[in-house]
Amino acid sequence: MGRFRGLAALALIIALLPLALPNNYYYDVAIRIGMNAIIVVGLNLLIGYAGQISLGHAGFVGLGAYASAVLSSRFGWPPLAAMLFGMAAVGVIAFVVARPILRLRGHYLAMATLGLGIIIYMVLVNESAWTGGNDGMSVRPFSLLGLTLASERAWYWVTGAVLLGAILLANNIVDSPVGRALRAVHGSEVAAQVAGIDTTRYKVRVFVLSAVFASAVGSMMAHYLGFVSPQVSSFFHSIELVTMVVVGGMASTYGAVLGAAILTTLPQLLATFEGYEMITFGLILMLTVIFLPRGLLPTIAARLRKAG
Amino acid sequence: MLSQTLQYLFSGLTNGAIYALSALGFSLIYNASGVINFAQGEFIMLGGVAAVLLTSAGVPLPLAILLAVLMVAVVGLLLEKFAIEPAGDADVVSLIIITIGASIFLQGVAQVVFGKGQRALAPFTGDAPIVIAGASLLPQSLWMIGTGAVIVLVLAWFFGRTRLGKAMLATAHNRLAARLVGINTRHVLALSFVISAALGAIAGVVSAPITLTSYDVGIMVGLKGFVAATLGGLGSGVGAVVGGLILGLMEALAAGYISSAYKDAVPFALIILILFFMPRGLFGARVTERV
Amino acid sequence: MALLEVQALSRSFGGVHAVQDLSFEIEPGKIYSIIGPNGAGKTTVFNLITGLYRPSSGRVVFDGSNVTGKAPHELARRGVSRTFQNLQICFNMSAVENVMVGAHLRLDQGMLGSMLRLPALARRDAVCREEAAELMRFVGVGKYIGALADAMPYGALKRLEIARALAARPKMLLLDEPAAGLNPTETHEIDELIQKIGVSGVTVVLVEHDMKLVMGISDRILVLDYGRKLAEGTAREVRDNPEVIAAYLGVVAKAAA
Ligand SMILES: Nc1ncnc2c1ncn2[C@@H]1O[C@H](COP(=O)(O)OP(=O)(O)OP(=O)(O)O)[C@@H](O)[C@H]1O
Ligand SMILES: [Mg+2]
Repeated sequence: MGRFRGLAALALIIALLPLALPNNYYYDVAIRIGMNAIIVVGLNLLIGYAGQISLGHAGFVGLGAYASAVLSSRFGWPPLAAMLFGMAAVGVIAFVVARPILRLRGHYLAMATLGLGIIIYMVLVNESAWTGGNDGMSVRPFSLLGLTLASERAWYWVTGAVLLGAILLANNIVDSPVGRALRAVHGSEVAAQVAGIDTTRYKVRVFVLSAVFASAVGSMMAHYLGFVSPQVSSFFHSIELVTMVVVGGMASTYGAVLGAAILTTLPQLLATFEGYEMITFGLILMLTVIFLPRGLLPTIAARLRKAG
Repeated sequence: MLSQTLQYLFSGLTNGAIYALSALGFSLIYNASGVINFAQGEFIMLGGVAAVLLTSAGVPLPLAILLAVLMVAVVGLLLEKFAIEPAGDADVVSLIIITIGASIFLQGVAQVVFGKGQRALAPFTGDAPIVIAGASLLPQSLWMIGTGAVIVLVLAWFFGRTRLGKAMLATAHNRLAARLVGINTRHVLALSFVISAALGAIAGVVSAPITLTSYDVGIMVGLKGFVAATLGGLGSGVGAVVGGLILGLMEALAAGYISSAYKDAVPFALIILILFFMPRGLFGARVTERV
Repeated sequence: MALLEVQALSRSFGGVHAVQDLSFEIEPGKIYSIIGPNGAGKTTVFNLITGLYRPSSGRVVFDGSNVTGKAPHELARRGVSRTFQNLQICFNMSAVENVMVGAHLRLDQGMLGSMLRLPALARRDAVCREEAAELMRFVGVGKYIGALADAMPYGALKRLEIARALAARPKMLLLDEPAAGLNPTETHEIDELIQKIGVSGVTVVLVEHDMKLVMGISDRILVLDYGRKLAEGTAREVRDNPEVIAAYLGVVAKAAA
């Protein structure tokens, strides 16, 4: 059962990690890593596998977060219903914009997705009657069937489980006719077309799917932090997400998880430096991409294969 | 009514000139290398910041401007040598990440040197507004528009009349062919970064008296420059200038007549709309990809 | 009835008339070749038939229905498959997966089923993988079944494309210079492969510069020059046509110079 080896290994890490987590601060970092990893696993389907860039994915995270915040806190919806509604709404929005946007190529696609993300960000900032504007708004805790997710520990296990589920789904897709179609779109779009693949349709599908992943995590983040601000959908956050994909390794699901782990931890380590933090962060970004263009995990895997 | 519209036009042209310069920077580098340089906005920021630091250290304004532009041009060269060239022919996403890394790095440096606050450069020729048909125009705005116009003319001359400029155009058109006829395309690449950085620095210096400057002003103006370049059609010089001016005007009119809160969203909404109908911008060539 | 009818087809790029007022018909089950000097418009004809380019004017009728201007995946659905002069291989996949891409239309394309990896889908996929491996053996690249596409040599990749095209089980297969860049032994093997494909009932349209190959296996030959039809007929008719000789002698003379 080779296909479950990676998943089992990750499950083991998630199960054993708490032994090494001394306090809630570390749990918090682990949870953030997990949540980012879920988004990035989805985004990697779009960028790494299908070869389509999105510089606006944080916009979808923001929409999910605010759907949960507004519906559950202002309208008293059950959190799960709010989250599912958010995912559905984001799915519809992504579907509507995807067809015209994904006809674009390369930098034009980058421009359009970037614009989309920024527009969403500005709506969240400006519609303050709903969103609380730049000050953000508080969100009530996630509860289901009378149970409330309150402690870091509880969130840790939930996030871990969702991450494993997300990876399972993503890996299933990659290794299916749909996944091959997506990879063919990346490998040779004309070859895909003449093989009968409606390439636009597949680009739209994976764009919508990755947006829905992002929205789900947005909802989770909103409830976990108990607070949302428009910063979740900022351009910088979109960039962070893409960076996680690239640094971890494009077209590598576990690479995406590694990328999320590194880029979530790094700012925490650097947190006290301010300007120096940006310098270090920028340098690391440039150096990794220049010297490990295929990303960390694929490079490590190739080294190991050569050595062994 | 008329005076108000005129007022919006003035402010649109003023900003549009800066967007146009920023867009020209994007297009130059894009032509030479196929790279979208997300650090373009940082050149603008660095220009303004350097000029402020130099003048406050007692350097006379004209010399400060010259030094600032030179310094930023060197930064552009270093960026090309140490970040773009080593990456070889990495794919689009990787190159985008590299230039974004550079952008964050430069912001960090500026923050360390300059601090987090906002500062203004003194206006070049006073700040008594000139009133035209009821609309007022700052002398510095004239400097911005005038500088933009002069630079466009200089570039037009450079690319249309000089050997070097023509070599750069040839490289943009077909890198391999250019190399075959003896053009050193590596120099062209380096030069395009130097020129773009200098353009950015000039834009940063002339706009610093009005827009103020701080370590983080580069992001928005850079992104809008990218919008303007895309609007005109990536790689098209005329497109960059027209795109920049359209963007500035649309933004000012929308801010005045529709909603000032959404002013910054206007360029992005506009570009998405345009790309829906013209996937390669206003002046981008329609090509059938060869199979 | 003809399987493919091309009627007064034209396409130009800027000032270049790549294909001009071209008409021909292809009978089912035949091997039909298109020859002509470099730049004659052969690849453009393929691109027009498979929907990658839109014609400036004219019509393409396949299997009784008008397919002019239809998207490439529509044509694939109707049974048109092809290979490319400049390899179009997905180097981000294994060799077998490249071939499996060709079988796309016969597989389950549901998103949900793929995400959940439903047993029926997994079973179909396993069968498809077996068939793809079988096709790789059929075209003679059996030893690369476990390989990544980017580890294969050029000659093998050309065959891999043929296997991918066959995986779609097409009615008509268009081969754009399958023997280009191959040595004589390999060319001979391609010759045999094309005949095997023809025997299996697939209509083959062949673009090829290797005249020995073309003359030996074609039922009919179309000669293009500057986008126009110069001649059409059996190998013998074409070979004896003075205009063809003139055009080709010109080419040979140029090549020799
Ligand atoms: N996408 C395109 N854009 C511009 N011109 C094109 C395009 N495709 C083909 N052409 C032009 O059309 C003409 C015919 O080209 P085509 O590739 O069809 O020739 P060919 O017969 O296949 O030649 P070869 O034997 O070299 O493969 C050429 O002049 C070519 O430059
Ligand atoms: Mg050809």
